[in-house]
Order: sequence, then C-alpha cells, then structure tokens
Amino acid sequence: MNQGALSPFAQTVLPILGAGSLILAWQFLLPLAGVPAYIVPTPTAIAGVFARNGSLLLSNLWPTAIEALSGFVLGNLAAVLLAVVFVHSRTLQAAYFPVVLFFNTIPVLALAPVVILIFGLGMLPKIVIAAVICFFPTLINMIRGLESASPSEHELFRVLSATRWEVFWRLRLPRALPMLFASLRIASATAVIGAIVGEWIGSDKGLGALIIQATFNYQSDRLYAAIVLSSLLSIGFFMTVVAAERWSVRYR
Amino acid sequence: MAAPAIETSGLDVGYPGRRSPVTVISGLELTVEAGTFLSILGPSGCGKSTFLRVVADLLAPLAGTIRVMGETPSAARSGRGVGFVFQDSTLLPWRTARENVRLPIQVGRRSLSRMIDDRADELLELVGLSALSERLPHQLSGGQRQRLAIARALLGEPRLLLMDEPFGALDEITRDRLNDELLNLWRRTGTTVLFVTHSIAEAVYLGQRVIVLAAHPGRIVADHDLRPLKGPDNRCSREDPAIVAAMATMRSALGAAS
Repeated sequence: MNQGALSPFAQTVLPILGAGSLILAWQFLLPLAGVPAYIVPTPTAIAGVFARNGSLLLSNLWPTAIEALSGFVLGNLAAVLLAVVFVHSRTLQAAYFPVVLFFNTIPVLALAPVVILIFGLGMLPKIVIAAVICFFPTLINMIRGLESASPSEHELFRVLSATRWEVFWRLRLPRALPMLFASLRIASATAVIGAIVGEWIGSDKGLGALIIQATFNYQSDRLYAAIVLSSLLSIGFFMTVVAAERWSVRYR
Repeated sequence: MAAPAIETSGLDVGYPGRRSPVTVISGLELTVEAGTFLSILGPSGCGKSTFLRVVADLLAPLAGTIRVMGETPSAARSGRGVGFVFQDSTLLPWRTARENVRLPIQVGRRSLSRMIDDRADELLELVGLSALSERLPHQLSGGQRQRLAIARALLGEPRLLLMDEPFGALDEITRDRLNDELLNLWRRTGTTVLFVTHSIAEAVYLGQRVIVLAAHPGRIVADHDLRPLKGPDNRCSREDPAIVAAMATMRSALGAAS
C-alpha cells in the first residue's frame, strides 16, 4: 500500500469527496433499496426542512446553545477550581476525591430527573446537567495536568525561592493547559449532549424538545434536521475550543 | 578572607525513607574555598547528586552541619546566592529562550529580584545564543538548551554554581566545547563551581580540585589538588601526560574503592 504523505490539495479535497460520496449514496441508493422516508429521509428532504422551517429550528437552537455553553463554562470552571484545591491540599483530596469518584459513577440519565425535581423546568436544570457531564473528565485531567511538572522543574523553582503562588501561575498552570484543553475538547461535545438529555426529560423548547416532538409526530425530516443542527452546534463549540487552544498553547 | 564556599562537618546525606532515613553519605568532612572549580567524581549511587541537593537546600541533611558561604543552605538559597544547573536542561517549553533566562527575575522575593539587572541579552550573547533568543526550547539542540540553562543559572549572579551532570546527555564533541565555554564563564565570573560528573576525563579537565566519591557507603576516597598542574587560570591540555596520569590515578582510586 502507498503510505506516502498526501499533498495538501488532496488532504483538503479527499474528505469533501468522501463525505460527498456518502451523501450521494444516501440520496439515491437508500430510496432505491426501499428504505422508507419516514425512517431515513433523503438529504434534500432534510435540507428542505432548513429552508421551510428555518425560524422554528433557530428558535429551538438558541435555548440548547445557551444551556450547553453555560453548562460548559460552569462545569469546567468548577472542575478547574476543585482541581486547584485538591493539588494544594492532600488532606482535602484524600477526604473528598472518593466522594467525587462515587458521584461520577451515577449515570447522568439517572440523575437528570432528580436535577429537574430540584431546579424545575426552566433552563437551569439543563445547564446543571450539562455542567455535571463536563465536570468529571476535566477534574481528573486538570489534577493530572497540575501535577505533571517534573521534579526538577519544582526543584528549579525552589532554588529560585519561588512562592506557591508563583509556582502555580508560572509552572503548574502552563503545564496543565494541554491536558485541560484535551478535556475541554471532549466537554465541548458532551455539554451539548447534557443539554439535550435535560430537554428530553422536561422541556417545550430546545433541540432536545424538538427531537422528542418530531419523533412522536413521525416528522422524520424534522427529527433529522434537529440532529444535524445538534451536531453543528457541537462542531461549533469544538472549533472554538481548538482555536483557543492554538492561541494559548503555542509550543507544540 | 571570605568564608569558605562550603564547609561541612560530620555531614550525613540521604533521604527520609518510609520507616528510617536512608543514609547515602555519612560523616562528610569537606571544605571548599570560595572561587574554586571543584569536580565531584563518582559512580552512580555514591550520593554526589544528593550532596548537591543538600547544598542547594532541596534536601535537609540527616545529621551534622553544613555552611554555604558562611550561612545555612536555606539562607544562602533565599538570598539568591546559589545557581543550579540540572542534568536535563529544565527549560519551560512555553517560554522563549530569552524568557527562560529571565525566569530568576520573575520569581522569588521581589526585593531581591529587583536588585538583579536584566542581563538576559548579555548572557545570551555570552553563551552564543543571541540570534536564537526568540526560539522555543524544542527548536534548540541539546547543547543549546544546556547553554541556556547555564545562562539562566548565571542571571542571578550566584556566588555558588551547582551543576548536576549538566553535559551527561550530550555527545562528546558538544560536551568538549561546552567544557571550554564553561571554563571561560568561570574565569570571567569568579564564582565557585561544584560540578558533579561520572566522567573522569571531564572531572580532571574542568576541576582545580577533584574529589572522588565511592558508593556503598558513599565516602570521599581521593581528593586531588590539580592547581600545581594547571596554574592559577586552570588551563590544561587533555593530552598533557601529567593530566593523563592524574586521570589514571583517579581511575585506580575508583577501582580500588568498589
């Protein structure tokens, strides 16, 4: 097999051709194979929903985007702060890390009804679910990141009589950034999942609600359009995180 | 007369183990005059790096006393009297060459750091890296990274420079060149250098004085003053028969001890 590097042109064009070929097959081969439109509508039918019901889709996109973004920010912020506390206090880490670990074993789907019981039916419970789902991976990665400076790096800062504060800002935090961004990239997708799951359980707005309504009303094209939009939302978050990473971690 | 750079008495060096401390060197008696270039030569496990860590206040002595430039190691360290060069260059990968060299004036007690001049550009010039000052560490070679680490250690104008096998990971050609550069820096600055190595040739070429440590237990088995061979500016040729003979003496001292 040819394992040589592809030209930049091929690297740009091939993914587009690959996706394009699959969409063409979906458009023409699936109906030929007898798959009914109420199970898998064609890409043109889905695109038609975007044209006809654009404002409906958009009005349901905003609540989900706000919930996912707020949950992303809150969950990751809480995780980063707790990680900072844990790496500076072995006692607190020993006392509370097992509790956090146990909490993480509860499936988010099982937790969601409880969150709705506590926070009602507004946006808040969805934000909380999105935050919870982002929280744990970032906590773990951030603790590992903050502790990833080598012994000789710590010795260097000690020889220079650096304070704990300086060790944190000039050594631990920059060292942790690559690992933090690794989990933020994952969280950019899971935050959207959290918001949608929250909307399934109790909401009349948002992409999750739209998915449920479209399913019960056999509006398959609308269901698929909502799925595509959810995916676009995740991709948007992901690209933002990647851009922020490129800007702040320049040494790789 | 200035206080000796190092003065130890009955010094036990080692690690605080799980149950009882692990002693690596016991009863060390060593006095090093200020301004000396001292090579500390020994096999791995003899405690030479551990001793350096005690001098730098990175590790507390298990017993005995140690004075660093007349002070406790902790006072010498927090007064910015000590520079340390590690075996791996320990450069921060997110900082440019210049910003790495400037680290010592960005951390630690402000009152002290402010007194230090920002000689980063001068030091980069001195180690021949002016043109590369905006590069990141991963864009530099191993030899260039070690030069930067030395420049960083010298920024605080330390009176004592501790070097823990700084050229151990380099190829021999680069290592020989860096040895000469280090001697030039030492002649200019007049700082005391404690240079830990497991290379006999390097120890003899660099040191005005070479102490040879043996392992299990760690102890000084030989202490050579090379100044009669090298003169006051500590120059010698690697091929000089007297230098070759000194290397042979140390090799046999190491052999007899193990």
